[in-house]
Amino acid sequence: MASSVELKRVKKRFGTVEAVKAVSLSIEPGEFAVFVGPSGCGKSTLLRLIAGLEAPSEGSIHIGERDVTYVHPSKRGIAMVFQSYALYPHMSVAQNMAFGLEIRGLKREEVRAKVARAADILQLTELLDRKPRALSGGQRQRAAIGRAIVREPEVFLLDEPLSNLDAALRGQVRVELARLHARLGATMIYVTHDQVEAMTLASKIIVMNAGRVEQVGAPLELYHRPANAFVAGFLGSPRMNFLEGSVTSAHAEQVVVALASGPVLLSRNGTGLASGARVTLGVRPEDFRVLSDGPSYRNAIEGRLVLAERLGAETLVHVALDAASLATPIVIKIAGDLPAGAPGAKLRLAIDPDKCHLFDPEGTAISEAAAKLSVSA
Amino acid sequence: MYTNRAVGMAYVSPFLIGLALFLLFPFLASLGLSFTDYRLQDRWSEARFIGADNYTQMFADHTFRKSLWTTLIYVLITVPLKLVFALFIAFVLNFKLRGINFFRTAYYLPSILGGSVAIAVVWRYVYAGDGLINQALTLAGFGTVNWLGEPSTALVTIILLRTWQFGSAMVVFLAGLQGIPQDLYEAAKLDGAGPWRTFSRVTLPLLTPVVFFNFIMQSVQAFQEFNGPYVVTGGGPLKSTYLLPLMIYEEAFKYFDLGYASAISWFLFVLIGVITAIAFTSQRYWVFYAQDRERAP
Repeated sequence: MASSVELKRVKKRFGTVEAVKAVSLSIEPGEFAVFVGPSGCGKSTLLRLIAGLEAPSEGSIHIGERDVTYVHPSKRGIAMVFQSYALYPHMSVAQNMAFGLEIRGLKREEVRAKVARAADILQLTELLDRKPRALSGGQRQRAAIGRAIVREPEVFLLDEPLSNLDAALRGQVRVELARLHARLGATMIYVTHDQVEAMTLASKIIVMNAGRVEQVGAPLELYHRPANAFVAGFLGSPRMNFLEGSVTSAHAEQVVVALASGPVLLSRNGTGLASGARVTLGVRPEDFRVLSDGPSYRNAIEGRLVLAERLGAETLVHVALDAASLATPIVIKIAGDLPAGAPGAKLRLAIDPDKCHLFDPEGTAISEAAAKLSVSA
Repeated sequence: MYTNRAVGMAYVSPFLIGLALFLLFPFLASLGLSFTDYRLQDRWSEARFIGADNYTQMFADHTFRKSLWTTLIYVLITVPLKLVFALFIAFVLNFKLRGINFFRTAYYLPSILGGSVAIAVVWRYVYAGDGLINQALTLAGFGTVNWLGEPSTALVTIILLRTWQFGSAMVVFLAGLQGIPQDLYEAAKLDGAGPWRTFSRVTLPLLTPVVFFNFIMQSVQAFQEFNGPYVVTGGGPLKSTYLLPLMIYEEAFKYFDLGYASAISWFLFVLIGVITAIAFTSQRYWVFYAQDRERAP
């Protein structure tokens, strides 16, 4: 059984600090929602508010049809997997899983059956009699998920569950979690600061920053149409490059932006954009090309090679566009290897005219639709 | 030219000399003396070896048997009472409240003062016929109790004196409580465990190493209790508070029978050793260590 989760203008203050600022949000039944954002953005607090481990300063929280704002955590129909796993160290895996069920007054056989079923799903059967200290990190993690599963919750809450695992295991458990979600069909709310986890697991991503929701949407929707520079910079690795410039001409089919390194032509609707307006051009690392010497090319900009990180299948090239940007070079990603070049070598780059993002000085994305609207208004 | 070794020895010598002179020597000497009829005023050479006579005399001695019994009762009541009290106060002081550090200090204070003779003297006045407690009882309309004069209540007063000094045990409990991760309490909350179940099923099991430590420390201390009975009751009335350490003291320095006193000392030493050993072997049935002890360095 899966339930929806709805937050209505939820605020949380700790003393004078407002950790969560009037968040309204709705998560559909069966959805895999991921709260993502830098540390201190309020994502964990939001999860704890849903769990009932914190009480909101204002607003209300609904799970399914119920207003659970003041309902005890154990009565909300939720289960939580903690970052530290929070397994009771003096109990075996089976006892850890059974503890909550015993408190609910389930019969011994019933408890045993539920524990056995959950253990079977998670391949924990062999480990049921072990204490947490005798488990590896990955096994502890599964035991913690097992404890959540036996409760058969309407909503799973997961607080950075992969952060204590090494990189190889993290990838593996990520896949297991995705399959588990598909199998159980339950609503899952997952907190992470890792945008890769967010992109791969989520059916809906909630990007948070400084206690606010910056944008909500499907992973690729946020990736391709970020609402602002924060979301654009947060999703995608390496992060998007931001280049300051100003509009020199804006037409229905194309916009020209003058950067310090030269003009860049964008194939997009520029209606509503004023000539001379200051903008930030956002270009993802993969939307650059390295040009070979030879004929001049539209949208070519020049820079100097700072560093090439060769990853085999791809290469991350750090390029300084001018002397001032040596400290913060742009990063571009190209398939294969970079043909040649020692640090300091001249590089000519081209920006894909179809894949640029424009942001106003406040960081809000200038969308083509919005531009059109502002014209008709 | 001094060698490193000589310099090193010079640095540790104050401790080593102190250890040898005030601990090792009396320790071994008393063992030897316990097999002699040595009396305090005698010369060493006058001590005569009498085999295990002191020990056989001890078990036949009515005063010793009564003293041993009183000591066991004293320990059996004092230690659990003190541990429960210390744990309770530690539990309360573990809440995050305004001014909690003041209360933590205030509750620890008796333990700093408590060991001193001065407090035992105060105690005597508190429980005296016209003492604080009787005055309070009178004020409340109850009759007075002859606390120190009645065999049944005299032991209570020295038990309370020791229990009141729960501070050191409390501080250790407090440290133990603070070592329990907050996550576990939150997990218990999500599991639906109420305050009592959380305490009994989560807090207490995780605290057993600390309980064990405190139990050993407090038992060893309680078996050696001397100030209370010596200052407050003088061992009476009717030897109702005549604990073994007091008997050892009186046999040695009042009756000058150092041989006999040494034998009782060694009996007490072995008794404490046996009880500690039993406690240690019982650990695996009730003490839970979060880390494997085998793996610990």
